[in-house]
Amino acid sequence: MASIRQNDYPDAVPDFRNLGVIARVLVGVNLLALAAALYSASSWPQVIEQFIAAAAYLEPLLLGGVVLLYAFAPLLARLAYWPGCAAVLGLVLLLAAVSHLWWLGAAGVLRTLVLAALVVTVLLGYLRLLAKAYSPALAEARLQALQARIRPHFLFNSLNAVLALIRRDPKRAERTLEDLADLFRTLMSDGRQFVRLADEIALLERYASIEQLRLGERLRVVWELDGAPPDALLPPLLLQPLLENAIYHGVEPGTDAGEVLVRIEQRGQRVLARVENPYYPEYQHRAGNRMAQANIRERLQLFFDAEASLETGVRNGRYVVQIELPYRSRGARRA
Amino acid sequence: MSELAVFIADDEAPARGRLRELLDDIAQEIPTRVVGEARNGLEAVERLPASGAQVLLLDIQMPGMGGIEVARHLARLPQPPAVVFVTAHDRHAVEAFELNALDYLLKPVRAERLAVALRKAMAAGPTAAEPLARAAGQAREYLSAAERNRILLVPLRDVLFFKAELKYVTLRTREHEHLIEESLVALEREFADKFVRIHRNCLVAKSAIRGFERAADEDDEPRWLVVLDGLDEKLPISRRQWPTLRDLMAEK
Repeated sequence: MASIRQNDYPDAVPDFRNLGVIARVLVGVNLLALAAALYSASSWPQVIEQFIAAAAYLEPLLLGGVVLLYAFAPLLARLAYWPGCAAVLGLVLLLAAVSHLWWLGAAGVLRTLVLAALVVTVLLGYLRLLAKAYSPALAEARLQALQARIRPHFLFNSLNAVLALIRRDPKRAERTLEDLADLFRTLMSDGRQFVRLADEIALLERYASIEQLRLGERLRVVWELDGAPPDALLPPLLLQPLLENAIYHGVEPGTDAGEVLVRIEQRGQRVLARVENPYYPEYQHRAGNRMAQANIRERLQLFFDAEASLETGVRNGRYVVQIELPYRSRGARRA
Repeated sequence: MSELAVFIADDEAPARGRLRELLDDIAQEIPTRVVGEARNGLEAVERLPASGAQVLLLDIQMPGMGGIEVARHLARLPQPPAVVFVTAHDRHAVEAFELNALDYLLKPVRAERLAVALRKAMAAGPTAAEPLARAAGQAREYLSAAERNRILLVPLRDVLFFKAELKYVTLRTREHEHLIEESLVALEREFADKFVRIHRNCLVAKSAIRGFERAADEDDEPRWLVVLDGLDEKLPISRRQWPTLRDLMAEK
């Protein structure tokens, strides 16, 4: 939902390039057609017949409308809410009028226009309610509650490790405190602002270097970042909890060295981030894993709706988490 | 005053280093000597008995075996150490320690707190098994038998059955038999999800049961035996336990 990232949360024109919005428009219009068929028909076979008849007339217009709004989405997004809605209505009405005149001639064009206007109004109203449900105070509260939290276990153990370094290796102690400061600055920053992937990666590396200090040779992190688009935008601290989980569940319970793989790459218009770690089924009771994942999943949904996903699984004795998000950069409109 | 023998068990090298530094810092007040270190729970159980440690500084969260279980096994030694737990953040453990009057330190550890804990440990002496068992909150993953200078650990998953005989309980694995000083009732309670009672004097690992065999009838009533995976010995089932076992296998 677009309004999440604006400070005073004005209503915003729906993003017609968002998969969730498109799906809702398609389903919504067909549901309205079904309701109309149910209302006017007198028997079940007739309902189907009427719905199919309506669909034949409706679907081309509906798809045309979706394509049109998709094309105009960047322009619409620049408008304020009410002018934007008027523009959406205008575009749809224009399309309805042109297609009606083209295929059916002048007769009944007014009826089509009124119907189209009603459908557009109902859908815009629905999308606005939906945005409100996710958006202002509620979404903010949820995002703040959801913002990744570093385990206290990590904080206190890290401070302890720094204390141990101060006398023996003051330089490294300094560096570690700087890393901790960066980590906490991000942690306490505004969770609603997107960050660049390059910054999130830098954070991952700082986090890993602190863990390295604590765990020494027990931890080996393999980075595969050559394919990572540095300018991709993502919510802050989206990946760090994955690395934290990987170390907490995959390296700390083992007496031997454990290898964690972090691979981030771009595939077309998608960004894929994958974290792998050794799997210890007997230590799955260590709390917090599922919570962190549910948390990330919900943040992905708040930021990207249906366009992002998080998947987990065990492959070849290794636990794998993969996040997929749409590639967006500062240059694009929704930055 | 003679030096206090201290053993340090923590999986993080910097944390062990820090404790050594702090012990140095308070050496004027409490002279100590570090007699051994361990990087995980199993190592602690293996190395501490021969080290002659009087006090064990023991991290709770360690790979291999957690600190609380380590302490439970070490409590079986003829001269168990006084245990001071060390934890970064584990609310449940801390609550359990408070409840059972076990001493603990929070990381990062302060020198003054460490001195207090060592003095308390010297005064109180060895940590007993009972409060540790109460504080554990979960079943052990190993069973242990103390020999003179050594603790013998048997992974729970290797145990086929426990059998009570007079004063002792015998523990049977595929290859060995050990005597342990525990009561069958307590074992049954602790491992209720993995073991089932087949007779007044016997608990069997559910996963080891291959099937049942009918033995000679007695008073016209059939008697049954448990057949175990990888063991020739068959164990009699009491009349009272038979329905429970039959249902259990039916579920499998």
